[in-house]
Amino acid sequence: MPTLIPPVNALDHATGAEHATIELVEYGDFQCPYCREAFFIVKELQQQLGDKLRFIFRNFPLSEAHEYAMDAALAAEAAALQQQFWPMHDALYNRQSDLDETLLVTLATELGLDLHKFSNDMDTPRLLSKVEADFESGVRSGVNGTPTFYVNGKRYDGDYQDLASFLVR
Amino acid sequence: MLQKGEKAPDFTLPSTPEKSITLADLRGKNVILAFYPADWSPVCSDQMSLYNEMLKYFERYNAVLLGVSVDGAWCHQAFAKARQLHFDLLADFEPKGAVSRLYDVYAEGVSQRALFVIDAEGIIRWSYLSPIGQNPGADGILDALEKIK
Repeated sequence: MPTLIPPVNALDHATGAEHATIELVEYGDFQCPYCREAFFIVKELQQQLGDKLRFIFRNFPLSEAHEYAMDAALAAEAAALQQQFWPMHDALYNRQSDLDETLLVTLATELGLDLHKFSNDMDTPRLLSKVEADFESGVRSGVNGTPTFYVNGKRYDGDYQDLASFLVR
Repeated sequence: MLQKGEKAPDFTLPSTPEKSITLADLRGKNVILAFYPADWSPVCSDQMSLYNEMLKYFERYNAVLLGVSVDGAWCHQAFAKARQLHFDLLADFEPKGAVSRLYDVYAEGVSQRALFVIDAEGIIRWSYLSPIGQNPGADGILDALEKIK
């Protein structure tokens, strides 16, 4: 069974209680329609499980298949530098059908980001390296499509629609 | 299927209706052979689409990726265009499955979902047969390439 490489660490975007019993990691692509479906499922899980769940998101943009996937990943990372990763993550999935370069700026504006810093950050090689490092870690961890989930470090091979029943056993 | 340590059998197969690729011509580079059952499987979880995203990681290991299925060259061309694939898909079409048989990964009329990593001297360094319905990902390929380096 493939395991998460590297384990969750300080570079990750994590939300939920630090010592939660369930650590759920998603490798996702902001333009992938299946990831959007999974986004709503994870939202419900967060409501349902509260402090028992810690959720971590890593980038796995399929940039050849999805025109804006890489830019969206960079936008989320740029927002993270202004402590707004999760609001951007949520906004990207909520408005996925409108995703293009304009939407990224619109969302940054709506989130009250410093736009000058945001667009500079999106172009820095450091951010690209972060996204590529996520991608490569995904490949190492056995990601074979998006979304792929890991529960407490082990790849979850079931259907993401059944995540709730798997976690709430 | 052929195993680690065996010499990779040479072959020549069409990659487009006009062009062919010969394995021996790629000596000096590592070669990833990815046999798969058919073009046109669903997008987001598609093995070839995933590998398409990984070409630059493979290049870092001096590796060339070749997809192989029993689909014809025209079919491959349409598939590669639709998915914007930037690597060669080889048509093991006539005689059907001949190269897949050579590597012992032919069954029920199609190539099995099998991976081979071949080193710069043409020796198989890793091989893996995946359940046909399961995308094997690329972690095994990267591990094998890393060991060659």
